[in-house]
Amino acid sequence: MHNFRYKAATSVSDAVVEVNQSAEGQFVAGGTNVLDLMKYFVAKPEVLVDVNPLNSLPVVSEYKEGVRLSAFATNADTAYHPIIEKRYPLLSKAILAGASAQIRNMATNGGNLLQRTRCYYFYDVNTPCNKREPGTGCSAIRGYNRMMAIMGTSEHCIAVFPSDMCVALAALGAVVNTDGMQGKREIPFADFHRLPGDHPEKDNNLLAGELITGIDLPAEGFAEHYAYLKLRDRNSYAFALVSVAVVFRLDGDLISEARIALGGIAHKPWRVLDAELYLQGKSATVDHFAAAAEIILQGAKTFEFNSFKPELARRAIIRCCKMALSPDTQLPGAQPSA
Amino acid sequence: MMDQQLISTSFTINRKEYKVSVAPWSSLLDVMRETLDLTGTKKGCDHGQCGACTVLINGKRVLSCLTLAVMKEGAEITTIEGIAEDGKLHPLQQAFIDHDAFQCGYCTPGQICSAIGMLQEGKAQSRAEVKELMSGNLCRCGANTNIIDAIMEIKEGAAHA
Repeated sequence: MHNFRYKAATSVSDAVVEVNQSAEGQFVAGGTNVLDLMKYFVAKPEVLVDVNPLNSLPVVSEYKEGVRLSAFATNADTAYHPIIEKRYPLLSKAILAGASAQIRNMATNGGNLLQRTRCYYFYDVNTPCNKREPGTGCSAIRGYNRMMAIMGTSEHCIAVFPSDMCVALAALGAVVNTDGMQGKREIPFADFHRLPGDHPEKDNNLLAGELITGIDLPAEGFAEHYAYLKLRDRNSYAFALVSVAVVFRLDGDLISEARIALGGIAHKPWRVLDAELYLQGKSATVDHFAAAAEIILQGAKTFEFNSFKPELARRAIIRCCKMALSPDTQLPGAQPSA
Repeated sequence: MMDQQLISTSFTINRKEYKVSVAPWSSLLDVMRETLDLTGTKKGCDHGQCGACTVLINGKRVLSCLTLAVMKEGAEITTIEGIAEDGKLHPLQQAFIDHDAFQCGYCTPGQICSAIGMLQEGKAQSRAEVKELMSGNLCRCGANTNIIDAIMEIKEGAAHA
């Protein structure tokens, strides 16, 4: 690891000022991703500002009709919190499908949103990568791209965003609270992460030095009908090839509201509102789920080694919709259930 | 290269207090192994992928390779060296021996610290859940089945105690 300065934050404004004073300043909380990136010389901050001392909020607190998650709470404390398990079980399941128990004990909620792609070429500083070094080219497009995106790619980047937690937050319609030089902001989850476009170096729409302080969940947690399905090369402790979060509100046999978000296929959690609207008012049948999957995956673009992904995603969507009808049958680790 | 900033940091490891001056970039793992001569905790991948460096900090299992020592001021740390009491092996240590739960032994300190944390968390009920919640500890020798056997013996013993 390169040499850097360390500073423990004393207040949010202090942390924001400290990071902004250096063009190469970065926040650290759990450290599970940023320290790893520093060991690979992908991240080389001049100063690392430790925001853990700012953790004054409870892990989960009631807020409006929903709840507020502390950005500084760990993923494990959030997933196992009784309110999250009861009211937002989709979020609990998705968090527990990610990383390992040790990493979930360290990684924070704010950090989960800010983790970088696990594209091999982004991590390998000996290869060109537009995300790591803009203008150098994308090694993945003609490289080994099994893990890479099929939706929303650009000619400059085909990386995927790796979080499981964020797939659930997208489905639930979370709001991200931030604080920075321009004051506090509330960012709807759909507007938080970006597609690569011409600027794959930007993962999200945070301003320079802006800090995530909390994440709000709306009142509706879809605790009756939800599922998180994660398909990967080994059954645990691996990033998703495809993951799906599904929630329903049912009125008898009819779907009164549906939300479907996908991970592992794009540079941000992927939702297609047309597919959700299509399901509204329809019966909860495999035929309707399959039609929704077709809508979601329209325009999928594959590369040499990930041409399996659209079909895998199609089947995963249908299976996850079925799982959401009977959440009690779900297995540990977000594996497929019957 | 900038001037080295050394930061005075205090923490407890295995109930003993330590005060160290560390560079910001020193991992807790390196400080324990290289400075404090606590070499029971192993460095496997050094990237948070293998679990060999697992220790307990304030009772929670974490990866010491992805932990900066300067960020652990005041922490209570437990390593494999600190779990035997009065010269008697921790029950999990004994169970690993009884179940032949290691070959080379390099992952063992991390496996055992992780299993202690996992049992304290109390979230795993079935064998499948234990496997899922131990997936952050890799064994390249192939002793996983025996490792889970050893943990299940202690878990079920505790359940019947």
